[in-house]
Amino acid sequence: MSQLLLFNVFNGLVVGAFYALMALGLSLILNLSGVINFAHGGFLAIGAYLAYTLIPYIGFWGALVVAPFLTAGIGLLVERVLIRRLYGRDPLYSLLLTFGLAYIFEDGTRYIWGAQSLPYPIPNWLTTPLSTEFFFLTGYRLFMVALVALAVGALFFILNRTRLGMRIRAGTLDLETVSVLGVNVRILRNLNFGLGIYLAGLAGVLAAGMLGLQPTIGTSLIMPSFVAIIVGGLGSLPGTLLGGLLIGVASGITTVFFPSATEAIMYVMMGVVLLLRPQGLLGEEGRTQ
Amino acid sequence: MNGLNKHGTNAAVWLVLLTMPYWMGAVGGYTELATRVVVLGLAAMALNFLLGFTGVLSFGHAAYFGLGAYGTAMTLKYLVPSTPLSILVGVCVGTIAAAIIGAMIIKLRGVYFAMVTIAFAQVFFFIAFRWNSVTGGDDGLTGWKRQALKLGFTSIDILGNDKAFYYMVLVMFAVAVGIMALLLRSPFGRTLVAIRENERRARFLGIPVDMHVWISFVISCLFASLAGSLYALLNNFTDPRALHWTQSGNFVIMAVLGGMRSFWGPLIGAAIFVVLQDYVSSHTENWMSFIGLFFVLVVLFFPRGVLGILRRKAAS
Repeated sequence: MSQLLLFNVFNGLVVGAFYALMALGLSLILNLSGVINFAHGGFLAIGAYLAYTLIPYIGFWGALVVAPFLTAGIGLLVERVLIRRLYGRDPLYSLLLTFGLAYIFEDGTRYIWGAQSLPYPIPNWLTTPLSTEFFFLTGYRLFMVALVALAVGALFFILNRTRLGMRIRAGTLDLETVSVLGVNVRILRNLNFGLGIYLAGLAGVLAAGMLGLQPTIGTSLIMPSFVAIIVGGLGSLPGTLLGGLLIGVASGITTVFFPSATEAIMYVMMGVVLLLRPQGLLGEEGRTQ
Repeated sequence: MNGLNKHGTNAAVWLVLLTMPYWMGAVGGYTELATRVVVLGLAAMALNFLLGFTGVLSFGHAAYFGLGAYGTAMTLKYLVPSTPLSILVGVCVGTIAAAIIGAMIIKLRGVYFAMVTIAFAQVFFFIAFRWNSVTGGDDGLTGWKRQALKLGFTSIDILGNDKAFYYMVLVMFAVAVGIMALLLRSPFGRTLVAIRENERRARFLGIPVDMHVWISFVISCLFASLAGSLYALLNNFTDPRALHWTQSGNFVIMAVLGGMRSFWGPLIGAAIFVVLQDYVSSHTENWMSFIGLFFVLVVLFFPRGVLGILRRKAAS
């Protein structure tokens, strides 16, 4: 029993790390530009399929490095051509636009790579369990958690220690003042969008190794990311991280006792948080208006 | 728009709606398609009560639409074979859920409201998807049919006769739309528009804004669940797709496409969307790309919607 519980808690942590990675990207874009990026799951799928296509040429590690950057490049382009036109208009329009993009991305990946699921090759030494007692501790899962931790660490380093990061944080609080102080807000929003999409692409490559490839791989991860943002706190990136891990672990534990409620539990948590603390666990008051 | 013009628009809309089953076939459609336009038009107009006239961005109306559908379907399958009762149950289920959820989220605004409504809608999707034994899971709920209307002295066969069902739906539509129009003309409706235009000022005037938004949300969801209930009756079937967030997005695009600032706009948007979807999905497998592209084009080039453009032309 305790082993099963441990297994599911760890599993939940892995899944939660995914949610957090997705949600951090969404949160970055939402906080600075006020855009709910529905196409985030589509970018994730693009990242995964690009890596799959690249593996025969540059190998597993090459694809892991290159695919997220390519995805981010597509993100920069989409922001530049489509989303930039909608800043300053009712948030409804950017929501609808990214919604349409989500449709196109899902259908596009299905058109290019086919509807059937594809296996994603990972190095052999990563798939073997590390010990017979804790059979679930495969190298790949540990590797994934470590890589997510690294990515999150790098993100917070960028945000707290670099000029770009400081501008992003300042812009989140008061974009107008940042603009008046001479920062090119258009480029700032563009780079910020690319950074968010990079995280989606990375999540895609990692998810491909765990779940295999299918066109709906991103759409199934986007709703939990929304929940992670709401639970963690609107406008707070540490909150988003916490929210993602929390709902992942909660789903893992629920799987043990009441398997059919695995998905429902995170929405129950969201309801409780909204009732007791509408701004979310680490959210600041007043950001919800 | 002056009074005469307004009456002219109303008369034209009702004339088209009343005669639709008789010319739909001649232009390549069928009666069921006409019914779908009216039902989804009602859903889009219900959403627009909140979206266009209160200025609150809900992206989760599929939840209440789907609850209406499941409430109706399950009543007919498990409880009583009565169409009116099943509609009543469907509407009640959807409205009660909206009242509870509305109370939880009423403090949020803008994109955050949208995000929370999307997320909440997903709860019901998972329940319908997972609870196989009761809801039929992914395959949907089958094994039931809408029942003939018994009016004491006579009985109307709405199951076998497509046109009879269309007119039953149209009567419900007329009542719902009439109530919404009356509400919007009342002081309550004017207050909603005031909140849309400037929420802070409305608050300073002493208007209980949260209360008004909550009532508007519940009314909007009430009619959305009525539409869902009629939609289940139309198909004699319902499945989790009625609850999916893509369905919510479809309602929003219908409202935007037709024109959010006009009363009849969403109905026109629904008509265009339904006919387009019917056409595209029967001609290509990649209909999702076309619908997606359609979303993008509407946002970039028709943000005011069909009626918004017409009105602008008339004004200039």
